[in-house]
Order: sequence, then C-alpha cells, then structure tokens
Amino acid sequence: MNALAQKLDSESGSDVLLTMCNLQVEARTNDRWQPIVNNVDLTLRRGEVLGLIGESGAGKTTVGLAAMGYTRSGCRISDGTIHFDGIDLVDINEKTKRAILGVRIAYVAQSAAAAFNPAHKLIEQYSETGIQHGVLSRVEAQMDAQKLYERLRLPDPQKIGFRYPHQVSGGQLQRAMTAMALSCRPELVIFDEPTTALDVTTQIEVLAAIKEVVSQFGTAAIYISHDLALVAQMADRVMVFRNGDLVEEGDTRKLLSEPARTYTKKLLAVRSFQKISVGEVKQRPSLLKVKSLTAAYDKVPILKEVQLSIPEGKTVALVGESGSGKSTVARVVSGLLTPLQGQIIYRGEILASSFRERTKAQLRQIQMIYQTPETSLNPRQRVHKIVGRPLSFYLRLSSQARLARVRDLLSLVELEPDKYIDRLPSELSGGERQRISIARALAAEPELVICDEVTSALDQLVAEEVLKLLDRLQRELKLSYIFITHDIGTVRSIADEVIVMSDGKVVEAGSKDQVFQPPYHEYTKLLLSSVPKMDPDWLDNLLTERSQGR
Amino acid sequence: MRAYKVFLRAPLTSKFGLFVIGLYAFVAIAAPVLAPYGETAIVGGQYEPWSSEFLLGTDSIGRDMLTRLIFGARNTVGIAFVITVLAFVIGGFTGMVAATMGGWIDQILSRIVDVLMAIPGLVFVLLVLAFFGTAIPVLIVVVAIFESTRVFRLTRAVSMNVEVMDYVEISKVRGESTWWIVWSEILPNTTAPLVAEFGVRFTYTFLFIAALSFLGLGIQPPIADWGGMVRENAVLITFSDFTPLLPAAAIALLTVSVNFVIDWILQESSGLKE
Repeated sequence: MNALAQKLDSESGSDVLLTMCNLQVEARTNDRWQPIVNNVDLTLRRGEVLGLIGESGAGKTTVGLAAMGYTRSGCRISDGTIHFDGIDLVDINEKTKRAILGVRIAYVAQSAAAAFNPAHKLIEQYSETGIQHGVLSRVEAQMDAQKLYERLRLPDPQKIGFRYPHQVSGGQLQRAMTAMALSCRPELVIFDEPTTALDVTTQIEVLAAIKEVVSQFGTAAIYISHDLALVAQMADRVMVFRNGDLVEEGDTRKLLSEPARTYTKKLLAVRSFQKISVGEVKQRPSLLKVKSLTAAYDKVPILKEVQLSIPEGKTVALVGESGSGKSTVARVVSGLLTPLQGQIIYRGEILASSFRERTKAQLRQIQMIYQTPETSLNPRQRVHKIVGRPLSFYLRLSSQARLARVRDLLSLVELEPDKYIDRLPSELSGGERQRISIARALAAEPELVICDEVTSALDQLVAEEVLKLLDRLQRELKLSYIFITHDIGTVRSIADEVIVMSDGKVVEAGSKDQVFQPPYHEYTKLLLSSVPKMDPDWLDNLLTERSQGR
Repeated sequence: MRAYKVFLRAPLTSKFGLFVIGLYAFVAIAAPVLAPYGETAIVGGQYEPWSSEFLLGTDSIGRDMLTRLIFGARNTVGIAFVITVLAFVIGGFTGMVAATMGGWIDQILSRIVDVLMAIPGLVFVLLVLAFFGTAIPVLIVVVAIFESTRVFRLTRAVSMNVEVMDYVEISKVRGESTWWIVWSEILPNTTAPLVAEFGVRFTYTFLFIAALSFLGLGIQPPIADWGGMVRENAVLITFSDFTPLLPAAAIALLTVSVNFVIDWILQESSGLKE
C-alpha cells in the first residue's frame, strides 16, 4: 500500500494533496464489525475538485470524513492509509490532528442550521477556529470574514456576521458556513451535500458562490452529493460509489458522455420516467374544488385566496419553494388546519373545515401519504397492523379477511407479502417504508390521495420506482392525486396538471404542457431554469445568461 | 428464548440486581414458610443477642428480628409496589390524555398537578394522613396520588413528543377515537422512559414509606415494616449493636439493585450509552 502511495507521490511530485490507499471502514451493528467502505483508492491533487456521488448508504460521506482521518462514532478505519500532504492521518496523535483540522482541512455539513451553534453570532463562530489555532487575531478574523462574506455575495457583508444563525435564511447560512470553513484558507474543503436542504432557486446562488471562491483560492475540494447533475457543475473528476464500493471514476465530462458501468448509466438516466397522458383533462368532472381559501398559522397569513380544482382520475401537482404554502393546502383539504375563509367542495358537497366534524365516509375518501416514512409509520407496529388498521376501521373486515387483504395490498405495492407482513418499520428501507405508507392509504379505498413530498426523502432511483408505482396504481384504481413537491423533475414525470404556488398564492395553473412550455410565467421560468441539468456547463451558462438579462 | 439471550448479554451489575430482586420477591411470597416464628409473636426476652435460637436476636418486646425482617419484605416492598403501580395508572393515563387532548383538559390537569407539586411531599402526605388516619388503603391511595404527579409530568412530556409524529396525525385524520390513539399509537412509544421511571419511582416510594413509618405515620405496628423496625430498635445502636441497621441495609440493597436493572433497561431500549 505504501509502495503505491510512494509511487503516486513520485509520479506527480508534491502536486498530490491527499491519497487514500485501500481504505476500509467498518461500522458496528449488532455487535459485529461490518464493512461499509471497501478498498477505496483516492487521489486528490492541489486545487482539484473531486465529486463523490452515490445513493444513501453508498459510503460517500464516510469516505469524505475519512479524508479528515475521522469516522463517525461506531465506525473505525480498519485497513488502509490516508496521507494528507505526506502526513499519515490514521496513525497520528490527536494533538497533531487538531492542528490540521479546521486550519488545513475544513468541513461543510449538509445542514448549516444544525452545524452552527445557535447561541453565538456568525462572525464569532467564523473567528473561533483561527483564534483557537493562533492563526488569526480577533480583529483580523472579523475583517477577513467581512471580505469573504462579500465574495460569497452575502447581502450586507459588513453587518450580516453580527446576526445569530436563526436570523438569516437557509441559503445565507450555508454560505456563511462555507465562509467559516475557508476562514483559515485551508488546502482542502469537504462539502457534504451543502445544497440538499435548499430550494432550487437558492441552491444556484450557493453553488455559484462556492464554485467561485474555491477556484479563486485554488482550494482542493471534495464535493459529496447524491445528485449527479449537481456534482457535474462543481467537480473536475467524479467517483461513483455504491454499497461501499467504488463503481466508476473519471473525468466529469468523460463520465457524463460515455459512462462505462450500468449503474452510472442508470444514474444518468434518472428522471427519464414520463407518464403517458390519457385523454383530455378538461372533459373530466372535478372531484375536489377549493374556493377562495385563506389560511393562517397564528395570524401569520399563509394562503391568500387560493382556488383549485382536482379532476377525477388525474394528478395535479402543486409546485413551489418552501414557504410557498403548498403543504398548507394539503392540511386544509385534509381538515387538519381550519381556514379563515373559503370552501372545500368534494363531489358537490361542502366538507366541514375540521376533520373532527367530517363523517367517516368523507374521511375515508381522502387519504394522505407523508414525506418522511420514518415519522409516518408507528415504529412499534408491524406491517400487518399498520396496513390492516384502516381495513378494520373503515371496512370492518374480520381478522381473516383483513390479513388476506393486507397481502393483496402488499402485492399491489410490489412487496412480497410473506417477507414483509410481520416486519417492523425499522426493518425496512426508505423505499419499502414509503410503499407501506402507500399501501396503508390504499387500504381505505380512497378516491383522492394527497402525496406530500413523498419522494423527497428517497434516493433518486428509489424515488423513480415509487413514482412508477403511483402512476400504475392511478391507472388501475382510478385514483386522483394531489402531488405536492418542490422538485420540477417529479412534476414533469407524474403530473397531468400543474399549479405553481409562490408566497401563498397560485401563480400559474394549467395542464402540464401549458405551464411547462413557452410562453412561461416569470416565476415558473425562474423555477424551471434553476433545475440542474446533466451538463457540466449548465451553471456557468445560466449565470452568464442571468447576468446579461439584468 | 429471546429474553434469555438478552439476559445473557446483560452486564454483571444488572444480573446481580435481577438476582437480588428475585430473592426479595421470593422471600416476600414465601414469608410464612421461611420465617421461624409468627410475624407478631412474642417469643423471647427484650433485646436478646444473636443466638442459635434467635439468629438475629429479638426486638424491644421480644419478637424475633429475623422473622420481622422476612415479613417486612412482604409488607414494605409489597405496599411500595402497589403504590407505584397505582401511581403509574393514574399519572400515566392522565398524562397521555392531557397530551393528546390538549386545550382546557390539559390546562386543568396540569394546574392541579402544579398545585400538588408545590407542597413539599412529606408535609402533604403527613397532613392528609393525619386527617384521614393511617389505615393501609388510605396510605396507599394518598402516597399514590402524590407520586402520580411526577409520573404525570413525565408521561405528558414524553407523549407530547410522540403526539406530534405524523402517524398520530394520520390516525386522527382517519377518525380514530382518542382512546385508541392513546392505547395503540402513543403508549407503545412511551414505554421505554416509563419503565425506567417505574424503577426510580418504586425506589422513591419505598424510601418514602420507610420514612413515613420511621416518623410513625406509615405502616402501623404490630405489622412488621423495615422503616418502623429501624425506629423501634434504634436505641440498640448506642450499645454498638448493628442489628437495627439490617432493615436499613435491606432497603439500601434493594434500591441499588433496582437501579442497576433500570440502567440496563434504559441502555437496551433507548440505545443510551453510559
């Protein structure tokens, strides 16, 4: 192994910043050590940006953390070497390592909101590392912070640092986090899904800021993401991971144009699923109508005069960024939030505004599927109870008939009944859990299913399978969907009609073709253009285009 | 079979704790068989020393100490157990209802509990017992109500965390009754902290009963009870005889054992390390 490292060193001189040879990381589960990263070799040159991509559990974050000689608790580096600028990060004592981390290697976490200490001002946290390591004085650090904030195009860079983390927006926080990581001008920065928690329009600003600063400082970076389109914008070279193995490695452009492995091809082809539109939308009678809906949480207005109509057997996608009020529509329709004014009309009859006043038959007709299956399935109930409860509750099935029906439902959502019927949610993967949520909703035999961001918590390939399933079920069971999402790709693949929401108002509504084809509404155009494309030049072109537009 | 495997993996301390608890339970159940004399029988002179006839000597009126110690396990531990169960039934149920229903029901229940908690425990129980008398059923109900306020607080807090989960919301929108939601959705997800609290509460109740007995307001003579035994024979300590400390030691040993077991249960059920 060392021979290989030396060979690499001799080949490229001091150009190589980080090498990992034959890295193996193990995690402790059920009192046994199991490998989660297998024999990974990695080389990173100075100033190079390396993208790590894969689904959750692929080991990309573990590799990213290993670049700091660090593992999460319950994990260990069992084999292999990690050399950073000639220093062995595995066999290093804590004190020496501390002198490197933060100063020469920095880390940007996925959730900046969770990574910042809410009790201290941004600029104090910025200066902390530098002062601690004796690299910068407080005054120097603060002046430097203001410069860096300006470079990252944060608004009001002189003053923004004196705010607390909760006083700035998510995108600003993520940029402040990047600034913090760069405070000691590290040679290597590890970005772990820095934009995953952000809206598409905000994501672009953060991406652009990160890209610019990293190239200006000549910092080497490891960019971790599950989204190949994003990595393509940032990275010079990409490594594809799956189940702890390195699948493919290559120059970004080459990997995108001619992927060698099937898995990489699949990742490239993601979002290619398109539902087949059936018939003309207008002819269908409407199942649900919402009239001039106004709603508020504790006097903070969320929805303003929202109108919408859901045709029978169709999918209506509600699209918008976070805070646009799209989930609130779902809560009002299901009766969880009483609106200030407005009517919900279901098959010609007015529904009571609170679910408590609705009849059992009315409740049965509208079912919901939630975003995170972790919190929407009771962890103490087995699958047969989760799926079986609506059957005994609404349809009063005997235990025999109920079990038989649960089996049918499991087959319907493409899960093998014998294998899954007695499992607990913790024994299921994310995609399987979401299928159980779907089965539970279908158990009530509803006409309308509200899907609230059902695919956002899933890996892209798994999400696509779930979308295909929902589409098939719609055709077989004549279901209507309200599909709430922030992801334009999802809308493209599953919607018949699209309603674009912004700031509690319906901005645009119509059939998918009307909304997604020119002429665009201004906001729709912004949303559409912000969706990353599998083209390494997409971000640069877009930014040039937008700056010319202004 | 699975329980046995879990037991085998348990640390030594909790095995010891389980063993002691088992031993106490056995002694309590088999007391009439194990004890050499009757619970309240006067069988010898006052304060007789340890001998082959009276293994641990006799007390102030000539009753066998070993016999009283064995019966004490039954009375003190048994009553403490009944009180703790009752406290959990009352506090647990009201706590979950308060968390699920919210609104004015929650307000009223919480304020009642606040008032009860504002009065120091020993003073509160002393007052009520002085008023209603010290019959064992009264003692059980009064101490159970006092203890249930703590259980209410914990259950309400834990249930609040479960109550906001999406699966509870789904049940609500399905039209389920509050009773079903409490029983099927909330209760199973609050058991871990409640079990842990049960052990802690049991120990406190146990000490509380012993303290009350020591003050003369708990379990009344001639029923054998560890707290009372310490008080009755405390004078012996001045003659450097440690027999009256044995009931106290019995109390201490059980307290420690119960806590060993709880630590382990907590670790197993919540993944809490150290």
